[in-house]
Amino acid sequence: MSWILIAEQSLNGLQFGLMLFLLAAGLTLVFGIMDMINLAHGSLYMLGAFLASTFVQLTGSFTAGVLLAVPATAVLGMILEIFLLRNLYQRDHMAQVLATFALILIINELTRIVWGSDAALPMPGALSGPVELLPGLPYPAYRLVIIVVGLAVALLLYFLVTKTKVGMLVRAGASNREMALAMGVNIRLLFTLVFGAGAALCAVAGALLAPLLAVQVGMGENILILAFVVIVIGGIGSIRGALVGALLVGVVDTIGRAFLPIVFGAFFQPRVASAAGPAIASVTIYLLMAVVLYFKPQGLFPARG
Amino acid sequence: MKIKLLAAALLVFSVSAQGADKVKVGFISTLSGPSAAIGVDIRDAFLLAVKMNGGKLGGLPAEVLVGDDQFKPDVGRQIAEKNIRQDKVHFLTGIVFSNIMLASVPIAFENKIIYVSPNAAPSPMAGKDCSPYLFVASWPNDAYHEAAGQHATNRGYKNAYLIAPNYQAGKDSLTGFKRYYKGNVVAEVYTQLGQLDYAAELAQVRAAKPDALYIFLPGGMGINFIKQFVASGLSKDVPLIVPGFGDDQDIIRPVGEATLGLFDTAHWAIDFDNAANKKFVAAFEKEYKRLPTVFAAQGWDTALLIDAAVRDTKGKIEDVEAVRKAMKAARFESVRGPFKFNRNQMPIQNYYLRVVAKDAQGRLVNKTIGTVFKDHGDAYVQDCKMK
Repeated sequence: MSWILIAEQSLNGLQFGLMLFLLAAGLTLVFGIMDMINLAHGSLYMLGAFLASTFVQLTGSFTAGVLLAVPATAVLGMILEIFLLRNLYQRDHMAQVLATFALILIINELTRIVWGSDAALPMPGALSGPVELLPGLPYPAYRLVIIVVGLAVALLLYFLVTKTKVGMLVRAGASNREMALAMGVNIRLLFTLVFGAGAALCAVAGALLAPLLAVQVGMGENILILAFVVIVIGGIGSIRGALVGALLVGVVDTIGRAFLPIVFGAFFQPRVASAAGPAIASVTIYLLMAVVLYFKPQGLFPARG
Repeated sequence: MKIKLLAAALLVFSVSAQGADKVKVGFISTLSGPSAAIGVDIRDAFLLAVKMNGGKLGGLPAEVLVGDDQFKPDVGRQIAEKNIRQDKVHFLTGIVFSNIMLASVPIAFENKIIYVSPNAAPSPMAGKDCSPYLFVASWPNDAYHEAAGQHATNRGYKNAYLIAPNYQAGKDSLTGFKRYYKGNVVAEVYTQLGQLDYAAELAQVRAAKPDALYIFLPGGMGINFIKQFVASGLSKDVPLIVPGFGDDQDIIRPVGEATLGLFDTAHWAIDFDNAANKKFVAAFEKEYKRLPTVFAAQGWDTALLIDAAVRDTKGKIEDVEAVRKAMKAARFESVRGPFKFNRNQMPIQNYYLRVVAKDAQGRLVNKTIGTVFKDHGDAYVQDCKMK
């Protein structure tokens, strides 16, 4: 096992983790501030990807398409919040889960009617090849771009939440909603803005991942589960927790898939190893979650004191 | 396209409504969800063949009852039961996936209804569970992978790296590959079914430096893998081999230029130089404005096989034994060229090496460049007790 391989796998883990962070950031704020379980968060990720595919086709430019898709998804998210989800805040979690699950099905079918079951979003030609990072370590250029954009968005978000007035309100809302309300914070507006920001982050992730994965109906459901794992590990309502949790999940999942079968191969017979390796690798992140919750039942960085 | 299809279906229905004596076919397939492209291709080709036949099969007006199994074995079985008990169909066909077929067709066999498979042919049904009422118009499940293994052997690849999803068909496919691959298997990697990001696996392949990489990743998994494989720069160092459906039109469309130069093995290709195939390819493209896949070719052949059997029995389709005999003779012009049925009623046929290249109009298509197996059957026929 060479250093090159370990470096490449670390980059893969970082890239996966950053994309998970973009999804988890919105989810954790909505869950933390509004105490609302929004299963339809993944649908916004899907809508972001479909919108990006349409805008890229219309404008002929990948960058312009993505930049248009992000605010468009944010507006869609805010419309959803104002007309629908706002009515759910006072209900219990079960009602929220049921309603937002219904929303997943509705948005999936609407997407199918508007776009069909899938859409094309090709990788920009200039980024479709590899770049030589170190001698002997070529790495896909597009994945590097994802890492850079992911890091930039993460930094921006961190700055917004920790250094600005809006960020302060968000943190106040996450740590104690009633108190923030009593201090005269316009919670309604804040909720709508946070929801829009979460939707925008979903769109960034959806649009960036689309050329690597696939723009298709149902793409949001699988990744949503991982996003929930991330926010549970990180602590609900905490941006810092979402970042640490996302990177942990990204790296652990990548390392598990890459190296566990090899480790198993060293200790067991090939037949056992080839059966157990992939099986264990696919549950490593859930093992991680179980371990974290055992020692820190509130997650790594609980937002509520 | 959908409207046209509806029109075609209506045509089939309206023609059939007039005749008293008609052929009823239950067509069950996966027509919705992410895996729907395959079923849609089979259905489109099947209905087109019936339409070009004047809405008839073997001279009798045909009624095709199309049902969507939604990629769920239990739904497939329900439709099969309804087709058999309520609609009293003469033939069943259409199923794409082995797991759905294994759940849905035994009820047909119990009721002596012939099932003609346009795609799946799981190994148990080639061997110990073979049935007199099953005819496979496509190819046995292992065949493409066996041919790919033989191709890797022919090329003299010393080390091969294998990747498949972690489920039964994935394991069967790599078993088929290894049956004819004489070199050394560096690694046999099983990924999660439905996995879409292969960055970790690709890094391992780069580190292992194999002489060839073989993947069985049907549908969206394969689309993603090939795109990421090319983006990682590995395509310059490691030859990728896929089964025939792994880089057919349904994969070429979304992946694009990245498929150029990919090798695969199949029993049919779009460039086959026989009259039946030329007619099929031209008709399919004209009707649906896209090029046909192997799946479409299988759907077309399935319709023609039923057509020939009904014709040869002179319309006495109530006599199942007579229909079986006519089926076995398979007197029709297949788009794949000649083939015959084995003792287990699975095809004995040739398998070819194809490569993705540009045709005269600059479109990406599979070109035939050699024959891997001649008159190839399957490894399970000796377990079939049927005479």
